[in-house]
Amino acid sequence: MADIALTKKDFTSEQEVKWCPGCGDYSILSTMQIFLPELGIPRENIVFVSGIGCSSRFPYYLETFGMHSIHGRAPTIATGLAISRPDLSVFVITGDGDSLSIGGNHLIHALRRNIELKILLFNNRIYGLTKGQYSPTSEQGKITKSTPAGSLDSPFNPISLALGAEASFVARSVDSDRKHLTEVLRAATAHKGSALIEIYQNCPIFNDGAFDSVKDPSTKGAALLQMVHGQAIKSETHGVIRENGSLKLVELVNTNEADLIIHDAHNPDPSYAFALSRLSASELDHVPVGIFRDVARASYSAQVNTQISDIIAKDGAGDLHKLLNSGDTWTVE
Amino acid sequence: MSLDQVTIRFAGDSGDGMQLTGDRFTMDTASLGNDLSTLPNFPAEIRAPQGTVHGISSFQLHFADHHVQTPGDAPDVLVAMNPAALKANIKELKRGATIIVDKDEFTTRNLSKVGYATNPLEDGSLESYKIHAVGLTSLTVAALSELSLTRKEAERSKNMFALGLLTWMYHRPTESTENFLKAKFATKPEILAANLLAYKTGWNYGETTEDFAVSYDIGKAKMPAGKYRNISGNTAMAYGLIAASQRSGLQLFLGSYPITPASDILHELSKHKKFGVITFQAEDEIAAVGSALGASYGGALGITTTSGPGVALKSEMIGLGVMLELPLIIIDVQRGGPSTGLPTKTEQADLLQVMFGRNGESPAVVLAPSHASDCFAIAIEAARIATTYRVPVFILSDGYIANGSEPWMIPDIDSLPDLHVEFAKTQENFMPYLREPKTLARPWAIPGTKGIEHRIGGLEKADKTGEISYDPANHDFMVRTRAAKVAGIEVADLEIDDPSGEAELLVLGWGSTYGPIASAIEVLRASGEKVAQTHLRHLNPFPKNLGEILQKYPKVMVPEMNLGQLAMLLRSQFLKDVISLNQVRGLPFTTAEIADSIKAVLHG
Repeated sequence: MADIALTKKDFTSEQEVKWCPGCGDYSILSTMQIFLPELGIPRENIVFVSGIGCSSRFPYYLETFGMHSIHGRAPTIATGLAISRPDLSVFVITGDGDSLSIGGNHLIHALRRNIELKILLFNNRIYGLTKGQYSPTSEQGKITKSTPAGSLDSPFNPISLALGAEASFVARSVDSDRKHLTEVLRAATAHKGSALIEIYQNCPIFNDGAFDSVKDPSTKGAALLQMVHGQAIKSETHGVIRENGSLKLVELVNTNEADLIIHDAHNPDPSYAFALSRLSASELDHVPVGIFRDVARASYSAQVNTQISDIIAKDGAGDLHKLLNSGDTWTVE
Repeated sequence: MSLDQVTIRFAGDSGDGMQLTGDRFTMDTASLGNDLSTLPNFPAEIRAPQGTVHGISSFQLHFADHHVQTPGDAPDVLVAMNPAALKANIKELKRGATIIVDKDEFTTRNLSKVGYATNPLEDGSLESYKIHAVGLTSLTVAALSELSLTRKEAERSKNMFALGLLTWMYHRPTESTENFLKAKFATKPEILAANLLAYKTGWNYGETTEDFAVSYDIGKAKMPAGKYRNISGNTAMAYGLIAASQRSGLQLFLGSYPITPASDILHELSKHKKFGVITFQAEDEIAAVGSALGASYGGALGITTTSGPGVALKSEMIGLGVMLELPLIIIDVQRGGPSTGLPTKTEQADLLQVMFGRNGESPAVVLAPSHASDCFAIAIEAARIATTYRVPVFILSDGYIANGSEPWMIPDIDSLPDLHVEFAKTQENFMPYLREPKTLARPWAIPGTKGIEHRIGGLEKADKTGEISYDPANHDFMVRTRAAKVAGIEVADLEIDDPSGEAELLVLGWGSTYGPIASAIEVLRASGEKVAQTHLRHLNPFPKNLGEILQKYPKVMVPEMNLGQLAMLLRSQFLKDVISLNQVRGLPFTTAEIADSIKAVLHG
């Protein structure tokens, strides 16, 4: 624990923040700076590692250790750091292009290994830093600089992808909802192992309004399906029921409240969380937010170090002289 | 009968166990006090089609009562387990060489498979060789008939029969191989019994039959006093890395992706967790080096092992290492290229790749071990440079060094350099790019250190503060500073071997060509020629006295297993018109081809 309680100011670096005015990254940064003191972890034991993209400038603005690395590879660097330094709290900051396109391989492998990493995926459904090409989460048919006739690619659903990669903690939140995002961060940091948080993040320059349906006061009440462990999953107008072995979105007016699914984030069956992730499509009329899945699974980093300490406890620490003199040896007089 | 040296080649199908047979003969030979050098040579396929020339796996061993530099040019003895093994190797034998074949395998079908119209054991085509046609298969099967094995299982022990026979012929001790088999098959008593019996039967066969009238003694080599073991390059590399970790107090972190011929370093290090070694088999080459760099950032000794294709994938991350100025060791066990090339064959064609294969002005250190056991020392040297100067360091080993083995005088632990390093300490106004004046190294400032929280990254940084900077003058300064740091690294001066002091020709090599060059020069000097030799272990930066040495000799010859990559560097840096000697056959130079080329230059 830190000697004295830290505040947002303590986590704010002197670096001038250089995102475009109105960028969703500002609110995520501010939420993080307010949240970090709550962890009670000394600043020097926190590391933010990012890749390349607008979101990846994030570490510069936090008064912790930070590395702005190369495109898509932040999980690899963070993996080496987290395994060799289990005393640190390691966060990965990435975007939809960084983690789902060029770095897709590293994301899925970090998640399936359950490395002790908290991965924040800022999803703005566009390439911002390179000035407006479609991304792996852009909706099909999207007109961008590189797709003047409309994008042909089918987008990834990042939550489905993470669940398919056996992630033990998967959640979704929205940049502008400080309270919700803080709750998700709190749960993610309490979780042992990898946590993936998809954060819908507005890019006011190249994809403005992409998430209006979940942010606009007139629509968000209906669009946001709140997932709270132990409570019915529902928005103001819709709920979720079980039907034909899967989950189905229904209007509350036509449904008996008792039929609604009670959310179980700790459900060991990944198909439950996967079915939840399929409730939303590109158009974002109805979007589950909160924690899809939070299950206990041994953390890779912890296991690596346990293997080593177990072997040392059993056989004793290595002796270099013995090692070099092992096997068949002979002496020349 | 007494001999001063012998070169033996064991050859058979990929599944015949020739590498194991060779390894065992090597260990028994080493423990007898002969000097030796080995050359395993095998196809990329795990089980190539049986009985085909391209599927043949071989193991060559040169041992002697004097110092040995190479695995030998041409074998004196060939053990051929089938017609394909004979066909694949016959043209490389000396006239009069001894050939031991498994005559049971010389069937019409097997002969026609490799294009023998008639049986070479009977048609007189091998008259100039000493042929021993032995029923290795049938004798093995007969010897094991008491055991409850299938014929197929019994046949599998024929390599041990052959090993037993050779062990008798060359008076090798049998205990070590017997102990090895006992340990290997401890849980399979039937297989153990079969192997021990086949081994013993082979030995007895030599002793009792008249086919082998003579056996041979090869006296002990005169080697410096000390304790020895036999070691391959990859094992020596792994041991060197562990030694560097122990001497520095830094945790060894290896991030690696399996690739031939480097994987054995990963395998070896994985066995040594009790040294606190972490081995991480990553999802790809990029993640392998990324994890190593991340571990270095956290204060570990970050290492990645690979071969040429892997280096290509890692390049961007190594560039980040150059920019972050963190220690990082990249071991490239070179193989034939380009692309997938010749995965199991040797080459030295990655020198320019590791020198220049990154975007921007991106200097990295390059070292190369000269022979198998030198991998131990070069690993320690790489760690010294990486941690002192905080810079990526490449080690260019190759398939020949990696898999070949030789006796190694085991060093005294206390004689190894002290690699202790200092991390940045808690301080006010910490500046991550404030350099040590002598080394130009920036602080190694690891997370967990209070008060020095800072941000680094791949963007150009301002001098001293490390903040992002797009300032033109600053970029120019930082590019030149990174170059100056690497150029200024202190490395040992090059030593010249020129006993007459009158040589007009200097032969300058690097990496695994050391053995063949030294051997060729030994031969030439014995016949009165005057030739000087020197060998580079530091390729970037070069030793400080290299320029002076190059100017001193009117002629400089540079043998390389590429098309002249070191020659290009020497020409550009020193304006010296060196003479290139190049071959890229996937095999080391022979002593004879280097000796002939030197003679041509001397008297041409």
